[in-house]
Amino acid sequence: MARKNKKAAASGQKEYKKRSLAAEVWRNYKKNPSAMIALFLVIVIVFVAIFAQFFYDFKKDIVKQHVKEKFQKPSAEHWFGTDNYGRDVFTRVIYGTKYSLSVGVVAVAISCIVGVSLGLIAGYYGGVIEDLILRFCEVFTGIPSILMGVALMTAFGQSIGVLMLAIGLVYSPMYCRTTRAAVLPVRDQEYIEAARVAGVGDLGIMFNHVLPNALSPIIVQVTMGIASAILCASGLSFLGLGVPIPMPEWGAMLSEGREFMRDYMYLTIFPGLAIMITVLSFNLMGDGLRDALDPKLKQ
Amino acid sequence: MDENLLEVKNLKKYFRTKHGTVHAVDDVSFTIKKGKTLGLVGESGCGKTTTGRAILRLTEPTSGQIIFNGRDICTLSKRELKKARRDMQLVFQDPYSSLDPRKTVSQIIAEPIKANKLIKGKEQIDERVNSLMQTVGLAPRLFNTYPHELDGGRRQRVGIARALAMEPHFIVCDEPVSALDVSIQAQILNLLKTLQAEMGLTFIFITHDLSVVNHFSDDIAVMYLGKIVEMAPSEELFSNPRHPYTQALLSAIPVPDLSAKRERIIIKGEIVSPIDPPDECRFYKRCSYACDACRKTPQLEEVCPGHFVACNRLEELGNLNTVK
Amino acid sequence: MDNNLILDIENLVVRFETDDGTVRAVNGLNLQLEKGHAVGLVGETGAGKTTTALSILRLVPDPPGVVECEKLLLDGQDIINMPIKDLEKIRGKDVSMIFQDPMTALNPVFTVGEQIAESIFLHEDVSKAEAYKRALDMLELVGIPAERANEYPHQFSGGMKQRVIIAIALACHPKLLIADEPTTALDVTIQAQMLDLIRSLREKYSTSLIMITHDLGIVAEICDEVAVMYAGNVIEKGTLEDVFNRTKHPYTEGLFNSIPNLNDRKVMLTPIKGFTPDPTNLPPGCAFEPRCPYACENCLKEQKDIYISDTHFVRCSRYEEDGFSIDRKEIQ
Repeated sequence: MARKNKKAAASGQKEYKKRSLAAEVWRNYKKNPSAMIALFLVIVIVFVAIFAQFFYDFKKDIVKQHVKEKFQKPSAEHWFGTDNYGRDVFTRVIYGTKYSLSVGVVAVAISCIVGVSLGLIAGYYGGVIEDLILRFCEVFTGIPSILMGVALMTAFGQSIGVLMLAIGLVYSPMYCRTTRAAVLPVRDQEYIEAARVAGVGDLGIMFNHVLPNALSPIIVQVTMGIASAILCASGLSFLGLGVPIPMPEWGAMLSEGREFMRDYMYLTIFPGLAIMITVLSFNLMGDGLRDALDPKLKQ
Repeated sequence: MDENLLEVKNLKKYFRTKHGTVHAVDDVSFTIKKGKTLGLVGESGCGKTTTGRAILRLTEPTSGQIIFNGRDICTLSKRELKKARRDMQLVFQDPYSSLDPRKTVSQIIAEPIKANKLIKGKEQIDERVNSLMQTVGLAPRLFNTYPHELDGGRRQRVGIARALAMEPHFIVCDEPVSALDVSIQAQILNLLKTLQAEMGLTFIFITHDLSVVNHFSDDIAVMYLGKIVEMAPSEELFSNPRHPYTQALLSAIPVPDLSAKRERIIIKGEIVSPIDPPDECRFYKRCSYACDACRKTPQLEEVCPGHFVACNRLEELGNLNTVK
Repeated sequence: MDNNLILDIENLVVRFETDDGTVRAVNGLNLQLEKGHAVGLVGETGAGKTTTALSILRLVPDPPGVVECEKLLLDGQDIINMPIKDLEKIRGKDVSMIFQDPMTALNPVFTVGEQIAESIFLHEDVSKAEAYKRALDMLELVGIPAERANEYPHQFSGGMKQRVIIAIALACHPKLLIADEPTTALDVTIQAQMLDLIRSLREKYSTSLIMITHDLGIVAEICDEVAVMYAGNVIEKGTLEDVFNRTKHPYTEGLFNSIPNLNDRKVMLTPIKGFTPDPTNLPPGCAFEPRCPYACENCLKEQKDIYISDTHFVRCSRYEEDGFSIDRKEIQ
């Protein structure tokens, strides 16, 4: 009996732990220190974006003007100083996280829904449909994104919703092409054919088999996309076409501070830093994710 | 018991390329009786895989009839085809690319059941998956593992379980063991044989390995450049090969037996792609017996009951062989 | 006696240190090959055949690979302690290797003539023109018309590419040729051509050959000796007759029983039960013990080679017992 147990132990059977893709990715991701720092920063940023509104009151802390206290230098009381209306820049930067991040996330979600489904259809069906979608994307990317944003904002009016939609649409061709490129090699795998033999319909195959296997580059694109969407939103706000004043959007703050840049540099530095750190964090996280998701780059 | 389960008539599959039309499968006809196995043998590019896929209409045949259980598969609508495919399944060659890496073993086996709504309820499906896993010899502890954690033999068992999930009568096995090691290969071959005996399955067994096909099939069809050049019951084909290509193919098998040192026929040249083939025997350029008579396409002729050969010089060669 | 050995390996150990544990690829392997002989290295996936071949050329990637060896002599030269510079001179000149996949082993941006000439030019004291001329001769020798020398690899079919690779490998008339599954990617009729070519060239240059394969049929065709590998060790070695007709090791027996018999198609195959062991977690003692139908207590202890005759040894402790034999009958 004892011998039998030993035999089972000795037969070299690996223990089958359920190791899903997510666990595998996390294992690889952990090895990358800069990506880990980026992840930490992203978590902090998201946390701030969600909870800042519970600590500050929009009317009282963000938009209320204290003309007496205007243009104060950074101090213990006002960490980032105050602006030309005497509003606390630190509070506004913290509160503004919500706008920048939500514009980034919603815009990317819009690009994703439009771009990924178009890319999935193009890659999966191929032929004329693919050609049509790709040509459409090419035409769309031919228009400069800022110009496109400007056009949409002037057409539909200035609001945060339109801003999200504009940025989302501008970036969707990129998602379409990434998705299509990722779908192409998956489409020819035998398990796709196997699913067809099993009687799974086209939609089922696309969402159950093709998409999960083509997901890695899309995830990376999304992470990096949030960064570029934030940048784009700030750019539009800087031009005065984004989030309407007096919302403390970082780009808008930059724009307002620009006038006083010569004397009160901190008015532009802090919102600028906030944009930079956020964008950098998302980009580094995207880099880390790409390395973790792509087993070929493992070594 | 003796009725034909599948009848393929004049099946053709042409691919258009920029170099010309590839005659991948060119006028192939055969029948398979219920519970029997037909081996489809040939080298890469001979059209054996395309034939297998065309039978399931995974690639649309260019023309021809595929009569399965009395119905022509080629004329079915998409919905009818889905129903018909419950009875016709496919086991793939590559156990690595035929399983979705993002799905667990149980999800893979359950997929056809769910897609065709054969069984309702999670528990009942799990139960069915478990019994299928038992049928193909997979330990229950593998239920939630991912394919990349399994070795080739176990993966191929998952593929077989998936094919069996819909209780088909007919399975196309596309080189199911060529990616496996010999000892594992023997396990899978034995499993397929046992399943055939228990469930009365009918197989088309596509392979390039003649020793495997000899072991496994009742009848063998040898394909060369899209055409069947010889078709006979296994024993007949191995003891009395008539087509020069079959003879060369048989003599080329390396045999692990020292007493069996045989005369080896080495044919010159290599198989080419059948792009716009001229009206001549497809084997013409490599055949050592080729002469002017071979410059027209030979038809399959029955040389003795059940044994068909497509060769223009059959009679002369028959004499040649007896003289030798 | 020793001078007659082209290759002498003693106690070769190769490990791969990975995140998932140590993969013990080769575990104390001994292999001797006489000059002019051909040995077939047979085994299943993961038996350590290719790793053994790579360690002869010291091409095991490091890290993660760790190669340890008591003795690794190639034609009397110590390979293990040789500086890389000298080693590069030996690779391609004294030993060459043919890889499994002919599709990826050639550089697509050079003509095949240039690629053969390069290998001659690197190793022999000849001018470029001379090297190219010899490359043309080599092409003719492997059955490719010399006119095709200025074509690129993609213009060649799989079998032709493999011929080119053989031409490159034999261009400097190496003393030892290592062929790693050279025909697995080819069709049977092409495989027959290739085996024929390797055999005739080997006779011509009296090259020693290590043929790595999983196909016992190929071994029977072109080798003089067989070494059967399992879990990183040679478990049985002997002449063709020794191993094929007087099989001793249970694993070798299992291999033979798994192969469909061409002459008797009705007989059911007898596969080896279970699966090849995980090389990160090898069982103690005989690695085959968990799958072996003859296993007993003694199999859990360290195994050593037992000589049946001068040429034939088996690594199975059950042969220490009197009268032990396996089921497979001796032929003749």
